[in-house]
Amino acid sequence: MWRRRTGGDTRRSSGTARAAAQAEPAGPVEPPQQPALTIDALGRKCPIPIIMLAERINQVAMGGVVAVLADDPAAFTDVPAWCRLKSHEHVGSYELPQGGWSIHVRRNY
Amino acid sequence: MAYLDAASTEPLHPAARDALLAAIDAGWADPARLYGTARRAQMLLERARAEVAELIGARPDEVSFTSSGTQAVHLGVLGTLAGRRRAGNRLVASAVEHSSVLHAGALHERDGGEVEIVGVSRTGRVDAGAFAEAVARPGTALACLQTANHEVGTLQPVEEAARACREAGVPLLVDAAQSAGRLPIPEGWSVLTASAHKWGGPAGVGVLAVRKGVRWRSPLPEDERERRRVPGFENVPAIVAAAAALRARWEEAEAEGRRLSALVDRIRAEVPRLVPDVEVVGDPVLRLPHVVTFSCLYVEGEALLTELDKAGFAVSSGSSCTASTLRPSHVLEAMGVLTHGNVRVSLPRGVSEDDIDRFLAVLPDIVRRIRSSLGVH
Repeated sequence: MWRRRTGGDTRRSSGTARAAAQAEPAGPVEPPQQPALTIDALGRKCPIPIIMLAERINQVAMGGVVAVLADDPAAFTDVPAWCRLKSHEHVGSYELPQGGWSIHVRRNY
Repeated sequence: MAYLDAASTEPLHPAARDALLAAIDAGWADPARLYGTARRAQMLLERARAEVAELIGARPDEVSFTSSGTQAVHLGVLGTLAGRRRAGNRLVASAVEHSSVLHAGALHERDGGEVEIVGVSRTGRVDAGAFAEAVARPGTALACLQTANHEVGTLQPVEEAARACREAGVPLLVDAAQSAGRLPIPEGWSVLTASAHKWGGPAGVGVLAVRKGVRWRSPLPEDERERRRVPGFENVPAIVAAAAALRARWEEAEAEGRRLSALVDRIRAEVPRLVPDVEVVGDPVLRLPHVVTFSCLYVEGEALLTELDKAGFAVSSGSSCTASTLRPSHVLEAMGVLTHGNVRVSLPRGVSEDDIDRFLAVLPDIVRRIRSSLGVH
């Protein structure tokens, strides 16, 4: 069920899409670490998914992974940007079969 | 109300207002006809064309007036692609171009053409090396690059891109909508587009300049106006006013640009100091003098604009909930920065320092209130 998305979006045109296809392995990719906590933010608009993440990330142990399920396109950019601002690690974003992504974040502190 | 949205539209310059009122009386007739009033309209039109040409570094016969900056881009992109069909069908553009460029590209793709998008850094500046590589690939018909980004103010490496295009023999369309009248037009363009209402001219006037020797074919039905480049009766009074505004704005550009840039530096420094969890985005140095953009974590862009409006400030946002589509801004997405809680402050000519003081005074409490309404403290 997992397919890795490294960046960009479906609106991107052929050149980038081609480059991305070459860079990514074909077929489903397993996330490297199972999440210790899953936050269901499907159907919620940004900034709500980020607020839920910020509220709950301390519920996992240091080094643990939180999965944020979100389908607002803003979350695809905003969760990794939040990680950068807050010095947590964006592990990866994986497409969900029903649409949206499971966005994995590792707690760093 | 403090108007801080000059990047959407600059208020009409007083010089443009005077010129517009005079030209409404003197330049209403059809400039294509041969009687006295028509010749007078034609003279006003050609004088405005010569003036705009001089200010953008073009020959008068290279300059056409369109009905908007968007129309200038559509005609510039599609007309050059049509003229270059034998050379190839690939369009190269940066990921942060104005939607008019990207939409023209989408139409080109629907017609079987190819579009290659070149990414940008975290500050929104296009990677000049990647742009040069994309341009050099065989089959490139046209490359497009803005002088400066309309949402975050970052300047683009246009002269480097122009060098790469010249070496590859590919025309470069430069979209100067945000910088014309404020900064010098970079050298090396093949096609140049701009929009009068961004420099203090009236709405409804765009500029399309096509360098002599660049192959261009109208994508629209035949029409004889504007050297067969733009269909329809010219709005002579508005064009006259646009030229007057460009002249006046350019004469003030250095002094006023320095003043606005210092105010922008102040906002860039103060906002992160006064408001927690804010990211100022865009290049801090290689930027337009009058634009600053920041994103506030845990804040809905629309709520922020509404509260700022109530407090008497007109600003704009690239956040999705404030746009006509549900997608977040393609510019912020391409930069990989926060797309929610986004505010663009763009300073018009003559903005007072008091307005900026007042903006910095009310912003922290507005952000705090919105956050606490979402349960963030």
